[in-house]
Amino acid sequence: MKMNNDPLLSVKDLRTCFRTTNGLARAVDGISFDIPAGKTLALVGESGCGKSVTALSIMRLIQEPAGYIAGDRIIFQGQDLLKLSKRKMREIRGNRISMIFQEPMTSLNPVMTIGEQIMEVIQLHRGLSKKEALGLAVEMLNQVKIPDPAIRISEYPHQLSGGMKQRVMIAIALSCEPDLLIADEPTTSLDVTVQAQILMLMKELQQKEGTAILLITHDIAVVYEVADYITVMYAGRAIEQAKRSRFFRHACHPYTTRLFESLPSMDKRNEQLSTIPGRVPDPTRYPEGCRFADRCHLAFDRCNKEDPKMRFIEKGHSIACHLENAPAISTATATITRKTEGRATYTSSPLVSVKDLKIYYPIRKGLLKSIVGHVKAVDGIDISIGQGETLALVGESGCGKTTMGRGILRLIDITCGTIHFNNIDIMHISGSKLRRLRKDMQIMFQDPYGSLNPRMMVNQIISEGLISQGIGGNKKERDNIVKELMDQVGLDPGMIHRYPHEFSGGQRQRIGIARFLAVKPKFVVCDEVTSALDVSVQAQILNLLKTLQQREDLSYLFITHNLSVVTYIADLVAVMYLGKIVERGTIREVFDTPGHPYTQALLAASPCIGEDGRKKIFLEGEVPSPVNPPEGCHFHPRCPKVMPGCRKVYPGQYSLSETHSTRCWLYE
Amino acid sequence: MEIKLVFLWTDMLIYLLLLSAIGFAVYSIRFEHLRSPWRQVAHNRLAMVAGFVLFCYIIIGLCDSIHFQERAADEKGQIVKDSQGGIIYKPDVLSVLDILVTSIRENTEDSYSAPLATHSYSMKNITLPDGKQIRTYAKLKYEGKHLFGTDKVGMDVFYRALKGIRTGIVIGTLTTLIMLPFAIMTGIMAGYFKGWVDDLIQYIYTTLSSIPGVLLIASAILMLQVYMDTHADRFENIIIRADTRLFFLCVILGVSSWTGLCRILRGETLKLMEMEYVQASMALGVGHFKILLKHIIPNIMHIVLISVVLDFSGLVLAEAVLSYVGVGVDPTMESWGNMINAARLELAREPIVWWNLAAAFILMFGLVLSANLFADAVRDAFDPRLRTK
Repeated sequence: MKMNNDPLLSVKDLRTCFRTTNGLARAVDGISFDIPAGKTLALVGESGCGKSVTALSIMRLIQEPAGYIAGDRIIFQGQDLLKLSKRKMREIRGNRISMIFQEPMTSLNPVMTIGEQIMEVIQLHRGLSKKEALGLAVEMLNQVKIPDPAIRISEYPHQLSGGMKQRVMIAIALSCEPDLLIADEPTTSLDVTVQAQILMLMKELQQKEGTAILLITHDIAVVYEVADYITVMYAGRAIEQAKRSRFFRHACHPYTTRLFESLPSMDKRNEQLSTIPGRVPDPTRYPEGCRFADRCHLAFDRCNKEDPKMRFIEKGHSIACHLENAPAISTATATITRKTEGRATYTSSPLVSVKDLKIYYPIRKGLLKSIVGHVKAVDGIDISIGQGETLALVGESGCGKTTMGRGILRLIDITCGTIHFNNIDIMHISGSKLRRLRKDMQIMFQDPYGSLNPRMMVNQIISEGLISQGIGGNKKERDNIVKELMDQVGLDPGMIHRYPHEFSGGQRQRIGIARFLAVKPKFVVCDEVTSALDVSVQAQILNLLKTLQQREDLSYLFITHNLSVVTYIADLVAVMYLGKIVERGTIREVFDTPGHPYTQALLAASPCIGEDGRKKIFLEGEVPSPVNPPEGCHFHPRCPKVMPGCRKVYPGQYSLSETHSTRCWLYE
Repeated sequence: MEIKLVFLWTDMLIYLLLLSAIGFAVYSIRFEHLRSPWRQVAHNRLAMVAGFVLFCYIIIGLCDSIHFQERAADEKGQIVKDSQGGIIYKPDVLSVLDILVTSIRENTEDSYSAPLATHSYSMKNITLPDGKQIRTYAKLKYEGKHLFGTDKVGMDVFYRALKGIRTGIVIGTLTTLIMLPFAIMTGIMAGYFKGWVDDLIQYIYTTLSSIPGVLLIASAILMLQVYMDTHADRFENIIIRADTRLFFLCVILGVSSWTGLCRILRGETLKLMEMEYVQASMALGVGHFKILLKHIIPNIMHIVLISVVLDFSGLVLAEAVLSYVGVGVDPTMESWGNMINAARLELAREPIVWWNLAAAFILMFGLVLSANLFADAVRDAFDPRLRTK
């Protein structure tokens, strides 16, 4: 790889504004960075801080006339992209600079085969004949490791899984051998095992082709895995820039350190996560001084008056902060301190006990809609949760965790099995009894936007349960209870007459918490409650859930795919794969000595800061469809330790300790 | 002057609709999420102009929907009583609009006259005072006072076109009013309860929508006509007869048009059922009825509103087409369709009489255009994707 002194891309004081009804929104407000050829720069930050707009500005894809670039210069290979004509810019787009997006589902045209879509780009920019382009397209698919590329090339996007689609997107992006690849949250919508595959692929291709990558992400752990340089963005600006090696040891902007501290992990189990109060300032009204000042725990007088400039504190490391000696992060160097488990697990009579739960969906075909098979979304699951315990249900998308959570609450029909709640068999009680019992078992959802009725005011939303369960006599009494609840979850009780759209994502999740708290439940199913939130907000919600658990002695079934959240909040963990639990045990047992090969792979695949020498296990392929699960052990086609017996019979349960068990033939 | 109010079916329904519209407006004012889209409509200049035109049409229609009969009087103005001393009313039923435009209504000529003309359209034999007979274009009784001329029997065309407004509005609104509760109920029931309820409702609307609409309407109207002819005594006068037919036309149009909205609402309800807030309230033990009332209906109301406003103009045009074909409103009723139907012959004669058609066309065009423009603005304001904030 030849290196000259000029960086491949050099962004100087870029400014992008949007005209809105509230005034001029300065989405990107003076950011500068360089990307050397063949290296990866990660742009990190919470949502709404201008990461994606930066990427679109480099591509000159800002929607005019609502938005415009007021910026200074974007020098790419010696020419200023902002001064190029539109035609010249089109030649660069997709050819010299290409881009991949977050959502592989919508980035591909559903009515064109993937081959046509790759060839379209190749023919446009490289002027090859159709036959040559076809050959190249097959080769590209081969490069992104799609099996049987010659056959796959004539398939349509819906025939491919999410990970495959993202590979196709990468193939399209790389087909013209660009010098710069912009990846906007390329793995956010993918499962961890697939994310690991895609990140690995990007890294490999980078080494082979020497492509520079601008990676946009909110996930610091992903940054740790792939980036060479890191720029932290906040409110349209860069606030800290450093090389990877330095960043993860000596990052010292208060915002960056707080972000690190708010990441949940096993070491922080017995403490509150540190949070960042407030929210990112409105891009139409930036404060005069430092934009982070009002949320900063170290702010002093000068911060409110004077806007800090980027300054070097060491070679290759600059921050925008007035503090002379800002304390650096401690996370990366922290060795795992083993603390003893605080809580005794497995109480004698569990609060919730589920036996052999099965939820099947019939597949109907033909004129008479006869049942030809079943989707076994949940296929014979036993779990029990004691009072005040948290059981985490972990697994990749499509494994049946959400169905399971709703099934336990009987929100969906159950095929067979028994569910005992507080020693009451809720499978066989009448509708009105179940309705009364509902106050003891509640659910909280992932999507802070879809979980609140947009046409109801906050007090109506929170008091819905009060009314249906007959708590609180009249409206005034109920309103008082609602105000108390809002205070408990950290919302201003004065906002009782507001509509959901006036709240931020984190605040909406708090409303969701207040809604279930209103009926004083004993057991709550938390379905991916933090996955739509930024890390600092996630920390706030996790803290709140933990405090409530201690105060009210709540039990949680915590459904998530985020393993670091699990280690922070859960006591017990159950790993699900295609409708069955493959491993269960206490957090320590499962995370320190995972038994099942799937658990091992899952742990290895999830990106983690500060574990450099970790051996990576890369799983092949993706979760198969539950319509047609593989014979024998469902995991055998992807299992690195597969044995002939695995292909025939599903393994039984083998105990590794009193609380730790797994379903794998290895332990027979 | 003593009068007796005459309550026609369609009048009562029109005022019921007006009351519910006022009720909805009062309800909307209390809720920001309903108020703000209307405020956005109010800021749209084109929509406000269209709204004003629409408002004028509605006022005319409403005036034309209060009917009464005057007491019969002899030439000297003495009130006439029947043999037992009972009250006798004049056979013709008037409306408030008729009173307001009495001058236009009563300024009749002998026959055709062109818009704003001073002389009649065809030559006539006139006896001069000196006894000589000449054939000439006679001077009109009311020179230049007929905005749209007069028709064959000398009636003012503008008056007839004004009377057509009510018919148009009745068809456009009552049809929706009749089908709306049905469409909403079946639509959300199918989406909410699923299972056999869904199967049944889907079966019904698929069957209904596969019958050709015109055929259904023609047969229903013909059946009604036969009934009315055999039971002539049940209909006091010609106005009531015509009104009954209009009412049934609305019903049958409603029956053949609820399926579209029902289908949309079913889909929307299915979508809403997957929303987490619906699931959350199920988890809170809220009953079916309350979930439908609090979570489903408020969230489909914008679709209902949009489809009502959009359907309106379609129905006004449908009336014209059906009356032209002969299965629309009663031939004695003033309607744009009937005017166009009559114009068929007038356009075939020489010299042609075009103003009947023109008057019907201009008034219909004004109503449909303003309704469409207003509907567009309402839809944009209620569409969350286009919402600025």
